[in-house]
Amino acid sequence: MTERHVLLEMRGVSRVHGHGPTEVRALSGVDLRVAEGELVAVMGQSGSGKSTLLNLAGGLDTPTAGEVEVEGAALTGRSVAGRAALRRRSIGYVFQDLNLIPTLTAAENVSLPLELDGVRRSKARKDAIHSLADVAMADLADRFPDEMSGGQQQRVAIARALVGPRRLLLADEPTGALDSETGEAILAVLRKRVDRGAAGLLVTHEARHAAWADRVVFLRDGVVVDTTDASSDTSAALAAGGPRHL
Amino acid sequence: MSIRQGLLALLSEQPMYGAQLRSEFERRTGGTWPLNVGQVYTTLGRLQRDGLVEAAGDADDEGRITYGLTEAGRGEVATWFTTTVDRESDPRDELTIKLALGVTLPGVDIVAIIQAQRAATVAHLQDLTRLKRDALAGGDLPWELVLERSIFTAEAQVRWLDHVESRVRRAAAAASATVPVADVDHEMQESRA
Repeated sequence: MTERHVLLEMRGVSRVHGHGPTEVRALSGVDLRVAEGELVAVMGQSGSGKSTLLNLAGGLDTPTAGEVEVEGAALTGRSVAGRAALRRRSIGYVFQDLNLIPTLTAAENVSLPLELDGVRRSKARKDAIHSLADVAMADLADRFPDEMSGGQQQRVAIARALVGPRRLLLADEPTGALDSETGEAILAVLRKRVDRGAAGLLVTHEARHAAWADRVVFLRDGVVVDTTDASSDTSAALAAGGPRHL
Repeated sequence: MSIRQGLLALLSEQPMYGAQLRSEFERRTGGTWPLNVGQVYTTLGRLQRDGLVEAAGDADDEGRITYGLTEAGRGEVATWFTTTVDRESDPRDELTIKLALGVTLPGVDIVAIIQAQRAATVAHLQDLTRLKRDALAGGDLPWELVLERSIFTAEAQVRWLDHVESRVRRAAAAASATVPVADVDHEMQESRA
């Protein structure tokens, strides 16, 4: 298999708040790579450093040590404006609270980041429809958020996160506001979207949702304590028929 | 299997005779697994045969023999605590007993045991989820439901492990917080003097 393009690379990343006796180590020496086609989940209890990790990966915060690269470009060491430019070009976010702009249609919500970046309206609209089609939402392109279910709104948010050239998706508890079955459907959409050529970093406290990832990284007190892979051997053996032992 | 491992774990703390082992086992596992003393002695006999325990001296006045661990027995206890539970062998009971005993014994890194088990269970969940994706794609509803049953069980285990870890960490924090309080008392007495 050929080496896949690494979209996010974190090397020895630490984040310390304050100093001296009040110092809080939110993250310590984290190494993490997410390649195209990969969905990586981060699990850990509250205060384990999950959100800090996601904020550093997205350039919303800067590490006190270590390096963060997005599509091969260093996020660390850039000015605030430089980080913002890299974010707009490469990174999309999905949050728990379905934060679409209520006065814009689905297509307008998705095309907005492109228009803000100077893309012509007609081209932005075309890219938005394309991105909505990727999450099976093209039919509802002209609906407003209050005319859609929570699950549909979250699909639109995923389309917005990965519209145009952006290929790194950072998701913070994206199923938190949804019922169990709808949450599961969102994971299926996220998974499919990543398989089609994106990279996803998913923060969740739900094991059932983390299990959709290729790798699960466990954080405790700001340190990566474990990483699991889905063992394709077991899957193959189980899928090969015969008695279906679980 | 867990009775055997449970008795060995108890003996890692101190040598005991059969009736003591029985009451300690029941006390520390919250009485979820009542044992009769015959089971305990049968198990001790097998453990002695396998070279994992030995008589720690002669019988006392009441004819009771105290058993202690051999070197091999200590190795067996260490292995049990550092090996994840096989899903096929009724994981709930063995894991419950392992954690219940683990929190009462000195020198057991309970948080590390919980994490190892959580990682193993999440890896299993990943496998189940891959199979479920195939089942969904193929429209195989009965298989999907069977898989869901295992997914719910594994998910519940992870949630329970999360809870146990929080509880254990809170208990540890409370225990360490009592030390400074004692120091403060001491300092106050000194300042009064």
